[in-house]
Amino acid sequence: MEIKLQQNILAANDKIAVDLAKIFKDKGIYVINLMASPGAGKTSFILHTIEALKNKLSVAVIEGDIASKVDAEKVREHGVSTIQINTGGACHLDANMIRGALNFLNLDETDLIIIENVGNLVCPVEFDLGETVKVVILSVPEGDDKPLKYPRIFADSQVLIVNKMDLLDYTDFNVDGLKRTVNNLNPGINIFEISCKSADGIDNWISWLKDKTDKFLKLK
Amino acid sequence: MHEMAITESILSIVLAEAEKRDATRVKTVKIEVGELTNIVGDCVQFYFELMSKDTLASGAEVEIEEVPLQARCPSCGSVKKIENLDFLCECGGVMKIIAGKELAISAIEIE
Ligand SMILES: Nc1nc2c(ncn2[C@@H]2O[C@H](COP(=O)(O)OP(=O)(O)OP(=O)(O)O)[C@@H](O)[C@H]2O)c(=O)[nH]1
Ligand SMILES: [Mg+2]
Ligand SMILES: [Zn+2]
Repeated sequence: MEIKLQQNILAANDKIAVDLAKIFKDKGIYVINLMASPGAGKTSFILHTIEALKNKLSVAVIEGDIASKVDAEKVREHGVSTIQINTGGACHLDANMIRGALNFLNLDETDLIIIENVGNLVCPVEFDLGETVKVVILSVPEGDDKPLKYPRIFADSQVLIVNKMDLLDYTDFNVDGLKRTVNNLNPGINIFEISCKSADGIDNWISWLKDKTDKFLKLK
Repeated sequence: MHEMAITESILSIVLAEAEKRDATRVKTVKIEVGELTNIVGDCVQFYFELMSKDTLASGAEVEIEEVPLQARCPSCGSVKKIENLDFLCECGGVMKIIAGKELAISAIEIE
């Protein structure tokens, strides 16, 4: 006997993500799900963002890592609450892990949560975490062809950060070509070109983010 | 890599459904996988075989239907399969994705 199901395989995760999104909305917390390849600059980007905002907003960071806790320690040195999730080999964070991590945060006193997802361009994007925005970082040395190989993450993110712009002259990375591809795949995506090394371009990202979080905080 | 987590979800949905219907065995699991999901079908089949041991779904065949990336033009309505992320329509419009993100169990066969 054949039974038609049309059942979304990730329904269990999506259901928890919807619950999380409701918690974040009720508490007025803006949540960034930050995704990228290993070494693209996720932690460096988080540190810049914390430094720019920590006197204005109460920031917390959730660090997803397959095994180590070096990133969590780096972030903690900057004086913000940091929760480490070791995924025990899993290549992505899922909503249930985030739900567990929230037990360690004072949500009533948090304005912004930044989640550093596990480094890869494939798996994290499938698993919603109840986030307000998905942000993907692509760094110049990785090459401008990544959206062709991993389109989903570029299609579903609201923000693309092109990092390591200081290295542009050493590569044949075509920024305009990249922007064209990504804009076709995902019209309306916000693209910021930055360097975490020189800090160039970070201010554009920060003013965009500040504008978004201000709107959120007004609802609190 | 996320095939393992995906396969776990598939198995738990399939087993819940089979138990609900008092099945003695699951014969086939039909899955739709969109091109954009980057899911490797062979991996899902491999994990499913491992994980389903000693369950109602042991030995079940996993059939994977790959759904190509398709888009429709909002200006002229034409639909095409997208290759190389070329979303430009012949009419000059930029096409919008209508298929290719699927990740669903479409049907199961039980006895
Ligand atoms: N030249 C240059 N190097 C950078 C830039 N941003 C980060 N890096 C360097 O790239 C390396 C990786 O940076 P991280 O911030 O640790 O990257 P990550 O994505 O958090 O890495 P994982 O968590 O290990 O996946 C470090 O050596 C950084 O100093 C940049 O804009 N320019
Ligand atoms: Mg890191
Ligand atoms: Zn058209």
